[in-house]
Amino acid sequence: MRELLRASWVIARRDFAAIIFSKAFFFFLLGPVFPLAIGVAAGSIGGQVARDIDRPRFALVMAAPDREAALSARAALAGQLGEARVPVLVATDAATPERLLDARQGTRFLGVLSGSLANPELIGTASEIERWQGPLGLLIERARDGASAAPVGLATRIVAQSSGSQQQARLMTAQVGQALLVLLTMLLAGMVLSNLVEEKTNKIIEILAAAVPIDAIFLGKLFAMLAMAMIGIACWAVLALGAITLAGNGLPALPPPATGWPLFLALGVAYFAMAYLLLGSLFLGIGAMATTVREVQTLSMPATMGQLLFFFLASFSVTRLGEPIELFAAIFPFSSPFAMLARAAQQEVIWPHLLALGWQFAWVLLLIRFGARLFRRNVLKSGGARKRGLIAGIFAKP
Amino acid sequence: MTANAIEAHGLVKIFGRQRAVDGVDLTVPAGSIFGILGPNGAGKTTTLRMLLGIVDPDEGTRTLLGTDHPLDVAKRVGYLPEERGLYPSMKAYDAIAFMGALRGLPLAQGRRRGRAMLEEHGLGAAADKEVRTLSKGMAQTVQLLGTLVHDPELIVLDEPFSGLDAFNQGKLERLIRAQADRGVTVIFSTHVIAHAERLCERIAIIAGGKVPFTGSVSEARDKLRPQVRLETRTLDGPWRTALPHDAAPDGHFWQFTLPETGVEPLLRALIEGNAGIQSLSIERPGLHDAFVAIAGADAARLLDEEQQGPNYQGPEQQGPEQQGPKYQEKPDA
Repeated sequence: MRELLRASWVIARRDFAAIIFSKAFFFFLLGPVFPLAIGVAAGSIGGQVARDIDRPRFALVMAAPDREAALSARAALAGQLGEARVPVLVATDAATPERLLDARQGTRFLGVLSGSLANPELIGTASEIERWQGPLGLLIERARDGASAAPVGLATRIVAQSSGSQQQARLMTAQVGQALLVLLTMLLAGMVLSNLVEEKTNKIIEILAAAVPIDAIFLGKLFAMLAMAMIGIACWAVLALGAITLAGNGLPALPPPATGWPLFLALGVAYFAMAYLLLGSLFLGIGAMATTVREVQTLSMPATMGQLLFFFLASFSVTRLGEPIELFAAIFPFSSPFAMLARAAQQEVIWPHLLALGWQFAWVLLLIRFGARLFRRNVLKSGGARKRGLIAGIFAKP
Repeated sequence: MTANAIEAHGLVKIFGRQRAVDGVDLTVPAGSIFGILGPNGAGKTTTLRMLLGIVDPDEGTRTLLGTDHPLDVAKRVGYLPEERGLYPSMKAYDAIAFMGALRGLPLAQGRRRGRAMLEEHGLGAAADKEVRTLSKGMAQTVQLLGTLVHDPELIVLDEPFSGLDAFNQGKLERLIRAQADRGVTVIFSTHVIAHAERLCERIAIIAGGKVPFTGSVSEARDKLRPQVRLETRTLDGPWRTALPHDAAPDGHFWQFTLPETGVEPLLRALIEGNAGIQSLSIERPGLHDAFVAIAGADAARLLDEEQQGPNYQGPEQQGPEQQGPKYQEKPDA
């Protein structure tokens, strides 16, 4: 193992120096400006879609006749104005309605409509009350159906935080974090595809393969590219911070994630590294089969499509915490970093992240072994070695 | 150090339906210069790649410096592949250091040694130049020095003379001898008989993936009887019956294989028959003749064609180093 790491270090050091000290690296640093703009646009579209999907929900705590009337009024109004314009009412029994807004209860209500139709009360945060007081007042009047000539006032009670608003805010953080992670991974991991072409065109692969295990070549190249990516990210982060500082309060602040910003950022870096290594090791294995830049370009398309699929899976599951699809996204290695980062934004619990990072790294090692084995078999034509199969060969000595 | 640097038994490598190497047995004594002689496509490179662990054999076993897992002893081995390759953007001394680092030599030490070796081989001025700016011959020298920088016990060279001009071929021969003098084992493949004949203590003749002969050059030559070349006053006469059955006229000469009984009875018969001997020479067959006898005429013809193709000249015809074409530039990282 020590020899493997030593050899990986030699390869990584050479690759890293070759990239960082090349003129092309400067252009690489400029590269993300354009996709970043596209990413921001895509993020806002995604946010809009998410808002449409995750409609505002209010708890309805009233006696049975009033409740039925309110639900009928809601259905009638939704029919006239459209579903999206009228908040969803969920009939609920609760002795203390404001407890329904406690995030720890696991509910996701923006507010509570309680009391009676004659004397209704809206409980929620100031911003939610401000936003929904009008539509809900209209709904109460419709439910009363002219019970008295004078309209009743909708009393309000403000609470500091509601579970729904907190959840939605964190959802936004989760989505932004996920989009950023996907963007960076797509931008950087794809570069690994062409990584071994240089060695093959320069005939250096023979020298490398005779001196160190193929696993070490793969590992070294992957970590060199990761280090290069981290330097790029650090540069872009500094630029972004500069831009934010210049913009002052002009930019909207993201709501704090469930784990808190420091841990969320640390997890973001860790999940980026894992997403990069996972996709990178897969692409390295695939790209190693290519002998020309043209072949690499041909391979890029299915690789990018694969990345998008992993992103869609993680993105789809972001509003379905704990559901089977979200669990699948968290476990499936290629979507796991994205799904887990979304979790970090929405849930405080830490240990699943440690488990996920370990799981993801195990897959990185497995993919490197598999890629190296494939490379030996298909490129170096070192096939039927002792008639071992591809899978069995993964566990053989490199 | 083990008595044999390399041992291989029954090595087989199959590509598709072709048995590129078909049951090769090799024993390379430690500290010797060993040549694998054969035409292109005979299986030389595949054999070397199997010995080094770059590819695994489909059948057979091999040990390199006492282990059957060649990468375990990679630090003690130097390898110059047939297809030369260097990173074009690397400086010459750095390329040497990198190749040393791959085989366990600390980078700083490799850089120091790289500069010293380049100086020693008359390329001191090129030390800080990028590989892409070097001539082909210089780049090949850089790669060869990278093969030696970590002081290996075993050096494996695949067609090391190909592409070199006469001057550099001579330099390489001297370098190989110098390494052997230090006790280093050198194994190289070649399709040029003269190199094998001049350098090797032992050779393996390979053709069609098989090794029909391994042994010393002398043993190979001993596979054939010496040839007699006889010049007489006239080409025919009563003494003619004293000549062996394979005697064939060649101008004013008769040429035939030295009889098992030796030359004395023949001489006696020729003198008594008044043949008028003008000259008589007994020539020991060269390695080329031995190669024809051992590997067959087809393999020998291939070998001859390849030797006529490149710009080979004997080391006696060495000239000043020519500035060849620049090292072919390939995309770098």
